[in-house]
Amino acid sequence: MGMITNVTSFGRSGLSDWLLQRATAVVMAIYTVFVVFYLLTNPDLDYSQWVSLNSHICMKVLNVLTVISIAIHAWIGLWAVLTDYVTVRLLGPKATPLRIFFQLGMITVTLVYLIWALDIVWGI
Amino acid sequence: MQIYGVYIVNKKRPVNLDIGTIHLPITSYVSILHRVSGVVLFAAIAVFLWVLDASLSSEESFNAVKECIGSPFCQFIIWASLAALGYHMVAGIRHLIMDFGLGETLEGGQLGAKIALIVAAVVIILAGVWVWV
Repeated sequence: MGMITNVTSFGRSGLSDWLLQRATAVVMAIYTVFVVFYLLTNPDLDYSQWVSLNSHICMKVLNVLTVISIAIHAWIGLWAVLTDYVTVRLLGPKATPLRIFFQLGMITVTLVYLIWALDIVWGI
Repeated sequence: MQIYGVYIVNKKRPVNLDIGTIHLPITSYVSILHRVSGVVLFAAIAVFLWVLDASLSSEESFNAVKECIGSPFCQFIIWASLAALGYHMVAGIRHLIMDFGLGETLEGGQLGAKIALIVAAVVIILAGVWVWV
């Protein structure tokens, strides 16, 4: 049980996951506050202005950091939710294979998001 | 031995952990909503990435996104995604504040939960104003 639980966690360590969850949250908060502020202060945003913002090297770095943060944060968060609720105690013996299925599915979707997002933000 | 404020005197005593029959404190609702909004956001990532992809691909698709944001269905999806993001961020910032040792007592936790709910409600309303007004 312990091994099965830990093998799908992001950092294989509770302390590592705890710290990464917070560090990635700060990166995403910085991105969100900046983008919301930018969109609010540029209500008549046009395509060329939007592209020039996102092709600036500083914005590219923030975009890539944010995209990686989303992937790590989602992995850790969904791992916590799945290992809390899809359990043998709550759902019976079928819970373990079911949880592994959902966890591998969650990891796959996360990686698809990551590759798609990197392709969007790095190709500009 | 004490687990989550419950004294375990005899390990063989029946344990009631059926969440549906337990009266939950406000802190539990804030925590559960944090999880629910997180799961919703995992789906919303697809929406955000689609918008980002379209907005950066070409001038036509950028204008198509702008046009879409004018339709009620699109507006609802974007507002719901922003609402989940707003709630999740506010509850997350509460976590970070608590990591620094603020609001860790029972009363502090309950006050923090109330403040988080009020701030999140304001953020969600403002997101609605942004999308619709």
